[in-house]
Amino acid sequence: MSTSRTLAETVPPVADLPESKKAENVTHLSRLWERSQTLIPTLTALVLLFGMLIYAEIAYGRVFHAGTMSSLLVSFAPTIILAVGMTIVIVSGGIDLSVGAVVAFSSVAGVMLMNIGVNGWLSMLLMIVFGAVFGLIAGVMIQYFNVQPFIATLAMMFLARGLASILSTTPVIAPEDSPILLLATDWKLIDGPKVNDFTITPGLLIAVLVVLGGLFFMHRTRMGRTVYAIGGNESSAQLMGLPVSRTRVWIYIVSGALSGLAAIVYTAEVGGKAQNVTGIGWELDAIAAVVIGGTLLTGGYGYILGSIVGVFVIAALRLIITKDGTINPEYLTIITGAVLLAFVLLQRVLTRRRSS
Amino acid sequence: MIEPIAIVEVRNASITFPGVKALDEVSFRLLPGEVHTLMGENGAGKSTLIKALTGVYQIDSGEIVVAGQVRHFTGTASAQAAGISTVYQEVNLCTNLTIGENVMLGHEVRGLAGVNWRKTHALAREALARMGLGDLDPRAPLSSLSIAMQQLVAISRAMVTDSKVLILDEPTSSLDANEVEVLFGVIRRLRDQGVAILFVSHFLDQVYAISDRITVLRNGKFVGEYLKRDLDRTQLISKMIGKDFESLRALGSNRQTEARDRTQTPLFAAEGLGRKGAIEPTDVDIHSGEVVGFAGLLGAGRTELARLIAGADKADSGTVRIRGKKVSLNSPVAGLSQGIAYSTESRRDDGIVGDLSVRENIMLAVQARRGWFRRVPAREVDQLVTTYMERFSVRPNDPDRPIRLLSGGNQQKVLLGRWLATNPDLLLLDEPTRGIDVGAKADIQETVAELAEGGMGVVFISSELEEVVRLSERIVILKDHQKVGEVVNGPEVTAESIVSVIATESGDEAEEQADALAEEVAAGDDRTGLEGSAS
Amino acid sequence: MSRVKTAFRTPWFWAIIGIALLLLVNSIKNPAYLAISVNPTTGLLTGNVLDILRISAPIIMIALGMTFVIATEGIDLSVGSMMAVGGAVAMQTLSTLDSNSVGAMFTAIGLALLLAIVLGAINGILVAVVGLQPFISTLIMMLAARGIARVITDGQNTNATNEPFRQLANGQILGLPTSFVLAIAIVVLIALTMRRTALGLMIESIGINPKASRLAGIRPRPILIGVYVLSAALAAVGGLFSVSEVMTVSVGGTGNLMELDAILAVVIGGTSLAGGKFSILGSTIGALLIATLNKTVLFLGIPAAATPAFKALVIIALVLLQSERIRSFAFSRTKSSGTPTGPATPAATESTPVSKEVVA
Repeated sequence: MSTSRTLAETVPPVADLPESKKAENVTHLSRLWERSQTLIPTLTALVLLFGMLIYAEIAYGRVFHAGTMSSLLVSFAPTIILAVGMTIVIVSGGIDLSVGAVVAFSSVAGVMLMNIGVNGWLSMLLMIVFGAVFGLIAGVMIQYFNVQPFIATLAMMFLARGLASILSTTPVIAPEDSPILLLATDWKLIDGPKVNDFTITPGLLIAVLVVLGGLFFMHRTRMGRTVYAIGGNESSAQLMGLPVSRTRVWIYIVSGALSGLAAIVYTAEVGGKAQNVTGIGWELDAIAAVVIGGTLLTGGYGYILGSIVGVFVIAALRLIITKDGTINPEYLTIITGAVLLAFVLLQRVLTRRRSS
Repeated sequence: MIEPIAIVEVRNASITFPGVKALDEVSFRLLPGEVHTLMGENGAGKSTLIKALTGVYQIDSGEIVVAGQVRHFTGTASAQAAGISTVYQEVNLCTNLTIGENVMLGHEVRGLAGVNWRKTHALAREALARMGLGDLDPRAPLSSLSIAMQQLVAISRAMVTDSKVLILDEPTSSLDANEVEVLFGVIRRLRDQGVAILFVSHFLDQVYAISDRITVLRNGKFVGEYLKRDLDRTQLISKMIGKDFESLRALGSNRQTEARDRTQTPLFAAEGLGRKGAIEPTDVDIHSGEVVGFAGLLGAGRTELARLIAGADKADSGTVRIRGKKVSLNSPVAGLSQGIAYSTESRRDDGIVGDLSVRENIMLAVQARRGWFRRVPAREVDQLVTTYMERFSVRPNDPDRPIRLLSGGNQQKVLLGRWLATNPDLLLLDEPTRGIDVGAKADIQETVAELAEGGMGVVFISSELEEVVRLSERIVILKDHQKVGEVVNGPEVTAESIVSVIATESGDEAEEQADALAEEVAAGDDRTGLEGSAS
Repeated sequence: MSRVKTAFRTPWFWAIIGIALLLLVNSIKNPAYLAISVNPTTGLLTGNVLDILRISAPIIMIALGMTFVIATEGIDLSVGSMMAVGGAVAMQTLSTLDSNSVGAMFTAIGLALLLAIVLGAINGILVAVVGLQPFISTLIMMLAARGIARVITDGQNTNATNEPFRQLANGQILGLPTSFVLAIAIVVLIALTMRRTALGLMIESIGINPKASRLAGIRPRPILIGVYVLSAALAAVGGLFSVSEVMTVSVGGTGNLMELDAILAVVIGGTSLAGGKFSILGSTIGALLIATLNKTVLFLGIPAAATPAFKALVIIALVLLQSERIRSFAFSRTKSSGTPTGPATPAATESTPVSKEVVA
């Protein structure tokens, strides 16, 4: 006897069980509760963000100001790109400590290529490829050799940083006519009074596209949902027949490629200058943004939009400190660390309560 | 009458792991439109056979035939592709995803703009409706459902793919009676539509409620395939533990127990000791010099109870008294300081510290009691090590060998040495003779008797009923997370009598049976008078 | 493969070979490389070998601390920043006290250790009590500690004068650099503590099988907190040795990237990143190897920037080898992966959830 139709077709629908009716009410309520649980960190971040912005406006003025806002956005475009990649990695339950170093290597290598005459667009493409290669190595180490993600990407970080330093310890500058500089052209979107213009750059646009791409990937593709599945319960994902190995390696490739892209945007913004000390500490900014934005470090839960809020929080932090002028820049690292710690602990408290 | 064609046939399959043959030329078949239950005790090979059918393990020899074609599963995906879907005891879905995703992920409706969630969720709703879950919102997170519902979602997932075979591996362990009924309703419906269902469970009542056919495995070998209506419970259990009816009856206990003064304060007394999900509140007491056996089938709660007694797990309820004084056993440290030592069920998982030497493993608990600063003097260590290695004839006789290189039997002996070195008043032994050669088994059993004679209280847990019957002075019978009976050992007590207590239909009836047995024993004692004990 | 396995089992074997090779390469470039002579002005011995020993002192310290953390299956990414903290406290204290007395030196040392202990305890509590993953807690501490170092010195590269303190790195005992002698003394002291008490045994036990250790009556929390405190304290000492050389702390530079050196030294020394048995001797020799490598790179004129890349490659190779060993082990047992280990232990028991054994 062979069943040519699927089982689903052969089994007629059944009158709904009373249990499921009960379950339905429960699901509505618990859906709200569930959503709110995971949203608490993001909401906290939003409150924090607006709190800081309002404080800054009152204290220093000119914060809710098209010029300030847009220049802040433009300068944080690379961070936004990195945060998207980091979100994907962390949702899968991993981590990528190498992003800052890969930015350094990509930018130095890319600019040097341009300087020896390689076509500007090709060089930019290669910058992305370099990043992807670092990601590929890390992904293979993690998936097929069972190396822990933080060790694998830590090693990649030192490797990339080291290679960048071998290439050049002094800044290298791209040729003046290089297409990369096009990405930093100012586009005045809103011409306001005096200098109150809302100016964006193609680089910022790229960052926005990356965010949209990330959203699409995470919520409308099978691989994106597999990322969540891996982070939620890897063995279940395996047993459900999802392509765990392939997805994991791709996650790190994407993170690396996005680091390369961030390198392009950053290099353009600083006028084509690349240095081996670029990007020191950027991985921490990216991780902080992702954590503040509500993505669980343990994986399985998180949103890209939350991470963008996280980037804004960090940007606001930096804004306040710069405007203030009296706060020691030395305190900046401690503050970022403290905020990160606070959010990590908040996550821990929430997950403990949920599991009990 | 035409022989029904099996949808799945396993022919002489074997799987060998280092030191152990998990499946030994097992043949097995699944017919469509039937619920076929696989039964067997620990080490029987049930789990291994399931993993072979689901592609987790690969068979070393023999073949697996699905729908007439020989299959070679390279992994879980290939088994699924062959039409075999599995739902596990631990619902193997991702609770952080939505219900719809859990049902449809891997088979979503995709278009140019990515996944079409509206259509996908609609399909999910259909699949859920066939299970009677049509009211559920596919967009809700899976974690908002109870385990029982989650399991039904898991079955829905299995139905979405073209499954000819549905394997349910211990699906009812976390369900209450009502939820089990719901599940069984769904299973019957699927069966009536021609699905071949392989059901694995150790809950006898459920097995008898749902099965059409039963296959028994023992020690990796195929024992027999029976129609449920041809096999009653006692016969089933006998086949599972390997003794036939008559020999079960003959396996009497030789123990003539001395009358124990039950008015004496017990060494250990627990009232209402329980832990949610592990064991219902239970009363148990143990006297010095007494061997108490915990009898019951797999999953009855023996280990869970032992862990609570030892402090390895924290109890949710109940009070514990040691020699009449109330104590709090909320950690292994507390248990050890009260003189309670616990030798665990799985020496690999939480028994041996693999890379450390035999010497270090033996003195580990003693050292832990002394603290980190005061090292146990070398002379004392050597003495301890030599004593126990000699007493149990640990081979090879090299105390500096890493324990992971020793055979299972020798590892067990070393662990026994570890616990005895702490000079406990109460020793709990959980499956101490599992996977050990006959000689070592006898050694350990002798030791248990010796220890009890020396005044130690011993709790002895073993899946081999004959061992329990032979060694115990008193037997606590557990079933489905509950104590269903307690029996003082005597000539009337046989492995069969214990089995019939467990085999009885419901908990209450089982208790009645146990009480009846206890009365018989008491009457027997009166009749024969009190003889001196001969062990 | 078995010969390689045995060689790896003697942890310091390859490290010593490595050191010998590097010295050989240096001697080729300068036949007088290994010579030791007397410095006419100070009356002290000088020589490249002595330089290597002096450079190795801080590395030995952080490697020692890292050994125990890794043995518990953790990691301490904050050791580099902790060096900066130690150096910053010391320099700031000395510069404030502005005295050449031994008392001032001990005050500086004491305060540095005190702060390090507090920060290390925070690491330990985050890991052992709160239950955070070690890499994230120590990553945050890495960030915070460097910030704290900056705050202490107000962002300046504080320098100070204190002759006894300066002697730490610049003086000699029996012809050997003082800091090296002290470092070895500390290693010996800690090694004795680990082996004469049961602490080493307990650390290893927790790293190998935390569940069995708990059931045997070992309390994991105090021990975990202890190893992070020790790591931080030793890193601070390493920082003291480091700044004593030039009597200046560089808030950006001191201890920079040193966590890489520490991890590398421990892994070379034979302690596995998966936790368990550790080798103090191995980590010490690993630290010596790294010091030799650092100096060789400078001596051969290779840009110092190249070393992190090279070190990273070595870590990757070692980590792959460590796991390759595990993989080939698994391969030889059965055809499929995910099988139970251990001889004669019955295969997956009925109570084992299927989710544990899954094909990759």
